[in-house]
Amino acid sequence: MDPPPPSPSPAIPREAWEGCSVLLDINDGDRLAFFRLTPAAYLLTVKIGNKTCSLQPLVGRPFGSLFRVGADGLVPCTAADASSLRDDSTRDGDDGQVQDETRDNRSLVDNNTAQNLSSDDIEAMKRDGATGDEIVEALIANSSTFGKKTVFSQEKYKLKKQKKYAPKVLLRRPTARSICETYFKKSPARTGFMRVDTLSLLLSMANIGPYSDALVVDMVGGLVVGAVAERLGGTGYVCSTYLGKKPSSIDIIRMYNLSGDMASRIAQAPLNDLCSLQNSGNTPSVLNGSSQGEVTKPIAVSTEDTQLSLAQQGDTVVSDEKPQLSAEQPVDMEVSEPPLEEEHPVQDETSSLDNKGNDDGSIASRSLKTGKTPSPEKMKYWKEHGFSSLIVAAPGNEVESLVADLLPLLSDSAPFAIYHQYLQPLATCMHSLQVSKMAIGLQISEPWLREYQVLPSRTHPHMQMNAFGGYILSGIKIHNTDAVVANK
Amino acid sequence: MMVPLDPAGKLSSQRRIAEGDTVVVYERHDAMRAVAVRAGGVLQNRFGVFRHDDWVGRPFGSKVHSSAGGGGGGGKKGGGKAGGFVHLLAPTPELWTLVLSHRTQILYIADISLVVAYLELVPGCVVLESGTGSGSLTTSLARAVAPHGRVHTFDFHEQRATSAREDFERNGLSSLITVNVRDIQGEGFPEEHRGAADAVFLDLPQPWLAIPSVSLMLKQDGVLCSFSPCIEQVQRACDAMRSCFTDIRTFEILLRTYEVRDGSLNSGTANEEAVVGPRPQKRKKFTPSGENSGCTEKTSSVLVRPCSTAKGHTGYLTFARLRV
Repeated sequence: MDPPPPSPSPAIPREAWEGCSVLLDINDGDRLAFFRLTPAAYLLTVKIGNKTCSLQPLVGRPFGSLFRVGADGLVPCTAADASSLRDDSTRDGDDGQVQDETRDNRSLVDNNTAQNLSSDDIEAMKRDGATGDEIVEALIANSSTFGKKTVFSQEKYKLKKQKKYAPKVLLRRPTARSICETYFKKSPARTGFMRVDTLSLLLSMANIGPYSDALVVDMVGGLVVGAVAERLGGTGYVCSTYLGKKPSSIDIIRMYNLSGDMASRIAQAPLNDLCSLQNSGNTPSVLNGSSQGEVTKPIAVSTEDTQLSLAQQGDTVVSDEKPQLSAEQPVDMEVSEPPLEEEHPVQDETSSLDNKGNDDGSIASRSLKTGKTPSPEKMKYWKEHGFSSLIVAAPGNEVESLVADLLPLLSDSAPFAIYHQYLQPLATCMHSLQVSKMAIGLQISEPWLREYQVLPSRTHPHMQMNAFGGYILSGIKIHNTDAVVANK
Repeated sequence: MMVPLDPAGKLSSQRRIAEGDTVVVYERHDAMRAVAVRAGGVLQNRFGVFRHDDWVGRPFGSKVHSSAGGGGGGGKKGGGKAGGFVHLLAPTPELWTLVLSHRTQILYIADISLVVAYLELVPGCVVLESGTGSGSLTTSLARAVAPHGRVHTFDFHEQRATSAREDFERNGLSSLITVNVRDIQGEGFPEEHRGAADAVFLDLPQPWLAIPSVSLMLKQDGVLCSFSPCIEQVQRACDAMRSCFTDIRTFEILLRTYEVRDGSLNSGTANEEAVVGPRPQKRKKFTPSGENSGCTEKTSSVLVRPCSTAKGHTGYLTFARLRV
């Protein structure tokens, strides 16, 4: 029934290509920004310090490469530049043992007089063409207290100066992990405060894998739909269902660099349609009052509707984002995507966009391809076979009745995972599932994640820790012969 | 069927249990086992006697009753409360982790899911693993890279490697996983995988000995994960990583679980008799919400609190990327 999976090209693209989405990590996570290297990449710029740099040098470079800010913009770091990076700062003695530190800070007084270079001196050095690293060396040489600091303190000082005068830009590949972490760190409200370990648990607990037919309620901006599509790798389907008439935004899927095959696996359908399928046995195109289908031309009509809803989403995403961000946290994250313009109608669905999509229309038409309404055949297939996985990420919604509506759409023995910000709604939901015997193996979990700093003589957990990644209710849907069953 | 290799292999309402299938027999939330269905086969447990032949042709997720008296149950086939019963579930990597035979200490779902996400595994990837242990993580790695990817797993213990290989064979994973006997600490990974691995996972007593080899196996920007129970091991491993790796991060992950109860709390005023809430009632008959069940509480009477038993520590997970 499904077409065979695409022939294996490299599973992971290792270089940035024109049109791809990238994540720039400036100064070790201080600043994070998503960009799309559109064909007019030379026009796109990023401001680092007080220098505006074009993104053109990023095209064709390997993910994981480091750049510094040169006279004319971003320059790939050489091995020499790399040697000044902090990862390389082992302070071992010749025999491999860490020297015991004898200095301490008893005589150090912080009165702002230690540095002999003035800001004018530094500006003069910059005008003379000194590199950032040269300025850092000069600052160290002109510091009267540097020699008295402990070696750890010296490292910290050097790193701080490097960040200011010799900022580094790391070209990161957007993946479920990096996208989730970025949003969690910089703009967590947009993704319902979903932490990376929580997201990874949802994917495992719901058994997302090849050929899955995954049903997803994603009200976390598309983070989950994208992660599921990434795990499907072009096989199976993810049906992103929504309450009411209009889908909530799943724009974050655009960050994922999903290939044409992967993106084509994403469909959007209102929950009403899926449920009415279950009850009446008819596909929605036969029902009146459905906002999506018309018997004769389902594709054309749905294209129009999806066009509208995506254009609306485009506006909402671009205009709502800034006020929302400023209300919550200082904005250190930017998302630069071309605004969604007038969409072109869906082209040939079988045309496979490979990773190096070249045509200008590819981005717009790709985002339209995702979120398309499933065909009546697909809806019928899901009715007869059920979905094989369910993930619900609606952290602000009431869950008990939502889950009661969703579970009958799953095949028996299908696992599900429900993410929520609040414990009581999940507890009530779990209890009602126990009583109605619609599921077994029920468990409410709260993941706990702690990061460590591991450095010679300085190993300890990070000082800052996130204390809450949400709750998950997981379980397995079963065939219930005992409960009162309606309309079967 | 644990990891579908084609569309026909996935779970669906249309699938029926067949001879040769592996089912996970769910007795209770903490009592499950994997059973290979065979003609004439019989399962005996505290709930009764269950004939495999009764299972064939049913959908996964079915509830089946014991066919003969087990304990004092009476065992009416299809009867309501009389017979003991179990549920027959489709196997998944998560369920496999809970039912597999432990030849070594294994990884559980919290560590497994973080590893798969942080190694950035997607279908088609090639991942190297050492040691294989009991194959708990290996099974989830296979799901992550299926249908075209590969897991090459190595263990220095010949018998355990054989047991793992047999498990993967029975679970239909042989086309995804190759098992080899090799001492990775002493010899490093085989030359044939040089530059071919998207990710490498180490669960070794002295992982720093394997780090140089890992740096040759990984593609640029590929991800390494090293799992170690002790912080000293983590420190030595991180030291070894610093020359070739960047983005070195170490985590611990644990799951806290919660228990849910239906009940009420004691009222506390001086003049009233203490009212003790009803005992946990999982099997209470479902009452429509409109009925007054006789309780005086107006709000939900579902109480929830964390479980008092929990895992305190499994190991530290250190992730790093190969420098470009």
